[in-house]
Amino acid sequence: MKQMSRRARREFWVAMLFISPWVIGFALFEFGPLVASLGISLFKWDLIQAPSWIGLDNYLELFTDDPLFWQSLKVTSVYSLFSVPFGLLFALLLALLLNQPLPGIAFFRTVFYLPAVVSGVAVAMLWIWVFNGEFGVVNYMLDVVGIEGPNWFFDRTWVMPAFILMSLWGVGGSMIIFLAGLQGVPQELYDAAEVDGAGRLRQFQHVTWPLLTPVIFFNLIIGIIASFQTFTNSYVITEGGPANATLFYVLYLYNNGFKFFRMGKAATMAWILFVIILALTILVLRSSRIWVFYETELPEEA
Amino acid sequence: MVARRTVGKRLQRRIWGSFNFTMLCGLGLLMALPFFWMLSTSLKVEQQVYLFPPIWVPNPWAWENYRISLFDILPFTRFFLNTVYITVTATVGAVLSSSMVAFAFARLRWPGRDKVFLLVLATMMVPTYSTIVPRFILFRNLDWVDTFWPLIVPLWFGGSAFFIFLMRQFYMTIPIDLDEAASIDGCSEFRIWWSIILPLSKPALATITILSFMARWNDFFDPLIFLNTMENFTVALGLNMFRSAIEIYGVRYHWLMAASVTVLLPGLIIFFFFQKTFVQGVVMSGIKG
Repeated sequence: MKQMSRRARREFWVAMLFISPWVIGFALFEFGPLVASLGISLFKWDLIQAPSWIGLDNYLELFTDDPLFWQSLKVTSVYSLFSVPFGLLFALLLALLLNQPLPGIAFFRTVFYLPAVVSGVAVAMLWIWVFNGEFGVVNYMLDVVGIEGPNWFFDRTWVMPAFILMSLWGVGGSMIIFLAGLQGVPQELYDAAEVDGAGRLRQFQHVTWPLLTPVIFFNLIIGIIASFQTFTNSYVITEGGPANATLFYVLYLYNNGFKFFRMGKAATMAWILFVIILALTILVLRSSRIWVFYETELPEEA
Repeated sequence: MVARRTVGKRLQRRIWGSFNFTMLCGLGLLMALPFFWMLSTSLKVEQQVYLFPPIWVPNPWAWENYRISLFDILPFTRFFLNTVYITVTATVGAVLSSSMVAFAFARLRWPGRDKVFLLVLATMMVPTYSTIVPRFILFRNLDWVDTFWPLIVPLWFGGSAFFIFLMRQFYMTIPIDLDEAASIDGCSEFRIWWSIILPLSKPALATITILSFMARWNDFFDPLIFLNTMENFTVALGLNMFRSAIEIYGVRYHWLMAASVTVLLPGLIIFFFFQKTFVQGVVMSGIKG
């Protein structure tokens, strides 16, 4: 007995040694900065003069006296509200197509997945050219069907739809996860449904959809978290314009911190972002009990 | 009667199949279009860039666009070397440390293990943007701003929570008897991890290596915050600078596309070689449900 506990104690210290990189990283680059952010948010600090204590003034300013803060929240929410559900639907559509017994599936899977792998500045450059008002390929295709396309990134009305279209191009990751989910649906269930006379639509409604809800749920959380952290495209393509129509939350955070050097205000926005993402995640988790269906709930004979 | 019904059904199935195939081709073309457009523009002479309706196949092929945009305007060779250096060193650190940390969560028994692992998972939710101000101040006090250290060192401390999660999931599939047998033979835990478990985990290691490579290569935000002088720029920063640098020549979309294609190329090549590994990583992330 005594030897066992000594062994257990040894194993505990060995484990601590193994996780020590994470513990240090967590303290220095995650938890520490998160707490420090909260502290800094109570100061006014331009990095040159010593920080001065202003209590909750940064919060007060953001909520009551900063229309751009509300604008950035609005821009981000609208983007999230459209890009996430449309993205999920589009990813699901692609996955359903790829799940059919058709020729060249592997090729098409690559084509659909490829855009999700590339990202960043080079892709932003690509979009600048694709959505060019005069010579862009999008407006050329619209021209073919007789529509005169707008000057996307310079048009307050059309810049957000352009950003949402761009996000649809990158749904390959969710598509692959949907595809894995679809392939996990037992064929017997479809066979049984067909014997019962269910058509394609009803099969989807009563077999595919319920069994896919956990995957939809997973993609929904990932999608919301990611959409609230949009930065590169708005920084590179539009710099928040025109007329702040693409002033995304993180872009405004960046501007406050690293353009206007208002560290306290940026830290305040950083904390609010954390709280928003936490709240949204909890909300989705809570609601999942109502609409997510886990296979273990299936009766035995099914 | 029965025969007619099966014939009808078969016909219906074929119509459905061709409908789906048409959709597949249409959507595939649409998704690939931006890439074609980019590549085609990057090889056009200037007069052919601004045509409406556009032409798809450049005539003649203007390969000099690549030479001009990569060598004559900004030091892209330097940007590439910087990015390779950062990407490789950060990825080595991320893979080593996350595979080590995951070992403790998958193959050692200690009180509080599962609670700490939940904490690791919870950190996936913390946006990098939420910690940027104190991280900047930390590295500024260390005098590390405008060096590569802020982009490398954090990755050596656990890599990312997602990598720890992926490695742990993989380790769990390896029979625990192996560790016990090795332990009886007098192997230390470190030896078990390094000489037994790691060699068996090559698929998972490949997955996180590639995910890390792509993330570092494409990273824009952290280099934007931490790097100031052009000599230290990564390709992402360099490309962004390139766009304003060529404005003095007027708008040169063929140059911009040539530079962008070059920046994308390493990622695309890696994707085509390791496509299975990619897909595996994404699927593994989704399986936990």
